[in-house]
Amino acid sequence: MEINKDLVAASSTPIVLSILAESDSYGYAILLRVRELSGGRMAWTDGMLYPVLHRLERLGYVTARWESSENGRRRKYYRITVEGRAQLAEEHRQWQAVNATLQGMWSLRFTPAVAHHAASAVPLPQGA
Amino acid sequence: MTASGSAYSLEEQIDQWRNYLRRRQAIQSVDVAELEDHLREQVEVLIHAGLATDEAFLVAVKRLGDLDSLSREFAREHSDRLWKQLVAVGADANEAAATARTEAMMAFGFAVAAGVAVKAPALFGMPLNTNASFYARNASLFTLPLLTAFFAWKRRLDVGTLVRLLLAFAAAGIVANMYPLVSRGSNEVLTAMHLPIALWLAVGIAYAGGRWNQAARRMDFVRFSGELFIYYVLIALGGILLTAFMAAIFEAIGIKIEIFFQTWMLPCGAAGAVIIASWLVEAKQSVIENMAPVLTRLFTPLFAAVLIAFLVTLLWTGRGVVHDRTVIIAFDAILALVLALLLYSVSARDPRAPAGAFDALEVVLVGSALVADVVALWAIAARISEFGFSPNRVAALGGNLILLVNLAWSAVLYLRFLRGRGTFAQLERWQTNYLPVYATWAAFVVVAFPPLFRYI
Repeated sequence: MEINKDLVAASSTPIVLSILAESDSYGYAILLRVRELSGGRMAWTDGMLYPVLHRLERLGYVTARWESSENGRRRKYYRITVEGRAQLAEEHRQWQAVNATLQGMWSLRFTPAVAHHAASAVPLPQGA
Repeated sequence: MTASGSAYSLEEQIDQWRNYLRRRQAIQSVDVAELEDHLREQVEVLIHAGLATDEAFLVAVKRLGDLDSLSREFAREHSDRLWKQLVAVGADANEAAATARTEAMMAFGFAVAAGVAVKAPALFGMPLNTNASFYARNASLFTLPLLTAFFAWKRRLDVGTLVRLLLAFAAAGIVANMYPLVSRGSNEVLTAMHLPIALWLAVGIAYAGGRWNQAARRMDFVRFSGELFIYYVLIALGGILLTAFMAAIFEAIGIKIEIFFQTWMLPCGAAGAVIIASWLVEAKQSVIENMAPVLTRLFTPLFAAVLIAFLVTLLWTGRGVVHDRTVIIAFDAILALVLALLLYSVSARDPRAPAGAFDALEVVLVGSALVADVVALWAIAARISEFGFSPNRVAALGGNLILLVNLAWSAVLYLRFLRGRGTFAQLERWQTNYLPVYATWAAFVVVAFPPLFRYI
């Protein structure tokens, strides 16, 4: 299963902010963490992460600094700011609301239909 | 280790990839560095997983994503980068930025020096308001040596050229001040007008960094001069705005700034702005499109239309040309303008491109200017002996002749090019070869006219 583009784009902010809320990180490590957490289902094109990080930086949700990594390369690390944490909390509330809404609807409509696949031609009880 | 060969090729591949990425306007060098760090880490991980170096590189590049959509994403986030920024030097502290900073500081230093140079005579009891003729004669000597020095520093000019330029300026200083010219007389006005033209050649030699004999460098100097003019006008407009603003707010507390403006702001600002504008033109050279050719494109058809309308009216009504010195000067100005239009369209044109409609228009412009000028000269020539030869009249006629010769031969070369019998490079070379003629004539006016016309 691959998650569609719009959903990937919409979820990029909370995902990146959540990862940075764990600890400071840099592009490649953030992508690894995304892959790990999503079980490989979030297929991000690697390069696209960077415009997202730059947007978060511009909005003041993260700050960036250059440091040398363990192997001597210059690497750009990102850290979440106070505003970023507030934004993450806000995103969290919104996604929970969306999630709760969908869960509420689907627990009624789709679960029986999936469970009794053979009987899907039978009309579902209206207004149940 | 056998890996050294392939490791080298990895570096080469990354180099190539980096250069390719740098050409994207929306992706700046800091972003390239960030992406490169990502690429390298990905390559390492893949090699560790057992891939060959070049395979690892290819996979890593592929995972970064298609460059077009990547740069589109960057452009969406950084739309400001599509507007080329000139003065804001990038935050990355690399060598280029350091050089740019040094240059900015040098330019600022030379600009301040030019401002001081203008005020220096006042310290020795020669204020501007009572020594107008001294300042008129020496105006170019306050700024152009400093501008030359700026380029001498920037291009690391060799000592021989430097000494010769220094001698040229010293000679100019002596000539400008040794003649007992009548205050506000014709010769003084002519000196004030022609000395800058003559000395502009010295600036050009410094600008070309000792390679003045190369046509390409001369053309660069032509481009530089055009851009400098435009930048200078823009700075002057800003200066007017600043002055008006300053006058208004100080007026509000009952202080008049006129004296300060006349004795400090205007002279120092006008001198310093020459250096600052030059530095800006140099700094922007590779960043922003040249403006002079754009204006040329815009005005060539309009000037051609005006000249043709003038010729048609002249023929139709049979009006004679008014016999007056100002007529020659007006036609000098027209020829100079047409020459500038020609020069700046030549400067921006790819010499290898085939002839197009704009080239034909250029010939029409030059041709009609020539005809108009010849008509005017003809009308004046008949009666010039009646008026006698004043320095102004001779200077105006000489200037006219020089421009006429240039444009006439340009028209011939251009026509040859249009008919496929010559190359555009010939026209370009004619123009660059002709540049010293203007300076020589101007120097002649400054040096020889006063004694010839008894210092009037």
